[in-house]
Amino acid sequence: MRFDLQVIASWIEPEATVLDLGCRTGSLLDHLRQEKGTKGTGIEIDQEAAGEAIAKGLSVIHGDIYEEVEDYPDNAFDYVILSQTLQQVYDPEKLIREMLRVGHRCIVSFPNFTHMKNRFQMFFTGRAPVSKELPYEWFNTPNIRVIPITDFRRFCVGLDAPIVKEVAISTHHHDTKGRTITFLPNLFATFGIFMLGQVGE
Amino acid sequence: MSKDTEIIDTGASVGLVQRHTFTFGKTGDTLKLESGRELASVHLAYETCGTLNADKTNAILVCHALTGDSHVAGYYQEDDPKLGWWEIMVGPGKPLDTDKYFIICSNVIGGCMGSSGPVTRNPEKDKPYGTDFPVVTIGDMVSCQRRLVDSLGIEKLLAVVGGSVGGMQVLEWSVRYPDRVCAALPLATTTKHSAQAIAFNEVARQAIMADPKWNGGDYYESGRPEHGLAVARMVGHITYLSDESMRHKFDRKLQDRGEVSFDFEADFQVESYLRYQGNKFVNRFDANSFLYLTKAADYFNLENQYGDGSLVAAFSRAKCRYLVISFTSDWLYPTYQSKAMVKGMKKNGLDVSFCEIEAPWGHDAFLLPNERLDKLIGGFLDRVHAECALGADNEI
Repeated sequence: MRFDLQVIASWIEPEATVLDLGCRTGSLLDHLRQEKGTKGTGIEIDQEAAGEAIAKGLSVIHGDIYEEVEDYPDNAFDYVILSQTLQQVYDPEKLIREMLRVGHRCIVSFPNFTHMKNRFQMFFTGRAPVSKELPYEWFNTPNIRVIPITDFRRFCVGLDAPIVKEVAISTHHHDTKGRTITFLPNLFATFGIFMLGQVGE
Repeated sequence: MSKDTEIIDTGASVGLVQRHTFTFGKTGDTLKLESGRELASVHLAYETCGTLNADKTNAILVCHALTGDSHVAGYYQEDDPKLGWWEIMVGPGKPLDTDKYFIICSNVIGGCMGSSGPVTRNPEKDKPYGTDFPVVTIGDMVSCQRRLVDSLGIEKLLAVVGGSVGGMQVLEWSVRYPDRVCAALPLATTTKHSAQAIAFNEVARQAIMADPKWNGGDYYESGRPEHGLAVARMVGHITYLSDESMRHKFDRKLQDRGEVSFDFEADFQVESYLRYQGNKFVNRFDANSFLYLTKAADYFNLENQYGDGSLVAAFSRAKCRYLVISFTSDWLYPTYQSKAMVKGMKKNGLDVSFCEIEAPWGHDAFLLPNERLDKLIGGFLDRVHAECALGADNEI
């Protein structure tokens, strides 16, 4: 399992209810179910990935995260997770508010755009950075948002959503391994992971 | 829905099966129908495959579509080439695995494949009921199935599964008898017919009723309305296919000729195909039964029946896990209808999985070989089996 998902999994309490937005083939949900006995639900837009997740015996809805998240009642889940998807979200504020409505806690992970390698690439080559974390050219990238860890923190202040936990990580060339970054994370971390509490909490 | 879809065997068969008849509704315990009428001595034809375990927790009820029957898998005689209608799904090692599950399939009431229906002899008049048979609903079909399940000593079904009109029965089961179903798998179905679906059914019914041989439904001695029934089937068949599948299968190809005939023969392959399907259907189906079953499908309205018009209220009765599946090219019961039921389930906090499977073959897709469908159903049932039959939580 991806290292950011391992970190997220370590934050979830046993028996919790979890909604994973953009769950792909459900590896996080499957892991949480086996290790922590959580009751998980996933939403995935790709038919093949959603099908694979359901075939694993997970509860997954094939559909669009914006539409599907709206159907859940307030506080339906302990945790709502959005992992490595925020950079592709059209209206992040609306989505995160929805996540905080249906979940007690919301966990978001995203590639840190201002990682040192990206900065060097831009600075020395004058070109849009292409990295392992953001492996696309400007003309074919599905990633419509560039998110530095520092900016995400400011965004949370604007939302009035408290940051309950945060960790910055740097992953190895195998994305299943990594370490946490405490020194200058906005420069040295490849990913930021945040747990938010409800608005005004 | 079209039982005449080519059947491809994908592995081991359940082998020899037998059709049984379950009879109920003796005096004092008659079947009370939603229309208000009562029916005594009701027959249900049914078949089973696999073995019911000692605590009777591995039973799966399969509900057939509009014109299907109890013959879901296997064959009646060693030399019988005709396999069950869901042979690709039911059998050892298949998604509805007869090594693990006990499969039950019964012919619906109102049908003509061994269960009570308009073909059945009316004891009061000593001839077939015809249109004297009471109008039945999806709810009536399900309440009959419930009595069959009772008679087999099964308290809670592991799952109820079915496509199309069979899927309506699945939905009905899940809200009518919420404590008797662990999981429900409504495939390619809807909680209510659209005006378009009713319209096609009405054209099909009119084709039967406009045939002079129909004779108000009293034709069992004078000769059956074969032409009307064949046309009804042709209409149905169009709704089971898709623009793409028809283009792929027939396009504008001509049948047994190099150019058009300038008469009213079946010039095009699609005409010839529909005529063939219509004629084939006439040999196995009863015209009155077709009227009853299409009417039952048209009347089905889960949200009105159980939720005063609200699907969310209707599903508030349900307790089971759901796997809802739709197909991209199904324009008879389009995906938006499946999404609406999924929304109703989600709003009630029910455990639901949903997948819209990419398939070009129209409504019929649920009966055709599809690896994705197999894996979805197999994986979902594995979990349900572990949680409900083997595991701790029989009450969810």
